[in-house]
Amino acid sequence: MNAKRRRRVVAVAIVVLGVGIATALALRAFQENLLFFFSPSEVLAGKAPSGREFRLGGLVERGSVVREADGLTVRFRVTDLGQTLNVHYRGILPDLFREGQGVVTRGRLNDAGAFVASEVLAKHDENYMPPEVAGSLKTAQSNTPRPAP
Amino acid sequence: MFAGNALASLLAPPRFYRFSGVVLPWLSVLCAALFALGLYSGLVLAPPDYQQGDSYRIMFVHVPAAWLSMFAYLILAGAGFMALVWRIKLAEAVAAGVAPIGASFTLLALVTGALWGKPMWGAWWVWDARLTAELILLFLYLGYIGLQSAIADTRQAARAGAVLALVGVVNIPIIHYSVIWWSTLHQGPTVSKLDAPSIHASMLAPLLLMSAAFLLVFVIALLLRTRAELLARERRSAWVQALLEGAP
Repeated sequence: MNAKRRRRVVAVAIVVLGVGIATALALRAFQENLLFFFSPSEVLAGKAPSGREFRLGGLVERGSVVREADGLTVRFRVTDLGQTLNVHYRGILPDLFREGQGVVTRGRLNDAGAFVASEVLAKHDENYMPPEVAGSLKTAQSNTPRPAP
Repeated sequence: MFAGNALASLLAPPRFYRFSGVVLPWLSVLCAALFALGLYSGLVLAPPDYQQGDSYRIMFVHVPAAWLSMFAYLILAGAGFMALVWRIKLAEAVAAGVAPIGASFTLLALVTGALWGKPMWGAWWVWDARLTAELILLFLYLGYIGLQSAIADTRQAARAGAVLALVGVVNIPIIHYSVIWWSTLHQGPTVSKLDAPSIHASMLAPLLLMSAAFLLVFVIALLLRTRAELLARERRSAWVQALLEGAP
């Protein structure tokens, strides 16, 4: 490699390294804004913004889903296995919404300390398996999610 | 340069043109066979998912497209690096050829993701770190293509584009690790986990077959586009003139 090419390699390396460091610092600075959601523990610890909308994420607590008579309003509790928060939502739930599964809701806290959601998104896990496997896993450990009907 | 003439002759445009012409038919046959196997095992043999039912099958297109959108960018940056440092003509043609292919795979990953996201998540699009980084990747490709066509001199365009491609390479680890670094709506990695992949073998096999088929589509498209780029760039050279005279 002659001197000219070596100079070019060094120049490219400096540019890539510089951009990498700048991006890493920028991402660190914006860390909070890049978080897609807050957990119930973080909300109860006062880390979530008050007075404006934010996202709350966690698992839908088993046995907590209650549907109102109008067929659209749903009440449930979101847990991170430490703390839980009451959530009210009026609208259509996504296919993957079920008890024991992950959920991300957008909304704000009301005066009673409950979370009033304007949007509910289902967060699904990275596991893919046939229903029979899920069934046999369920018999092995009781806290696996309920298989689809 | 190391290994001097041997490497230079392998990278010479006429040599590459002849070699790619020989392998292309074989790659096409292999690609068709892999698609037949992958589609049959993915749509017929693979069982439905315990949570998503049949909807998860879109991953047999979505996941290979997303992988290749990143792989194509690494090829773009690598070719850009070679073009910048050694001024290799073949590398310039590869970089110009790979950008639209990478952009297409990125768009395919975004569209299939949106189609799946609406029924499963409940939203076509969310601004989470994984989706946003993938959208930035699409803009990087489009910026590269725009820069290429804005500069009339192809060799200058190749160098300018290479700088853009190398600056954008920082986005690739961000896409890959976004689901680990931040709490995103997009789920975490399934296949590339260090312990056992959390996908059942009956679903992993079609995914890998489809990935191989998509990889071959990528290679075939790249060879075809690179050949066309070489012909256009070298149209005044002796070997292209000889080709033209040989043609009926």
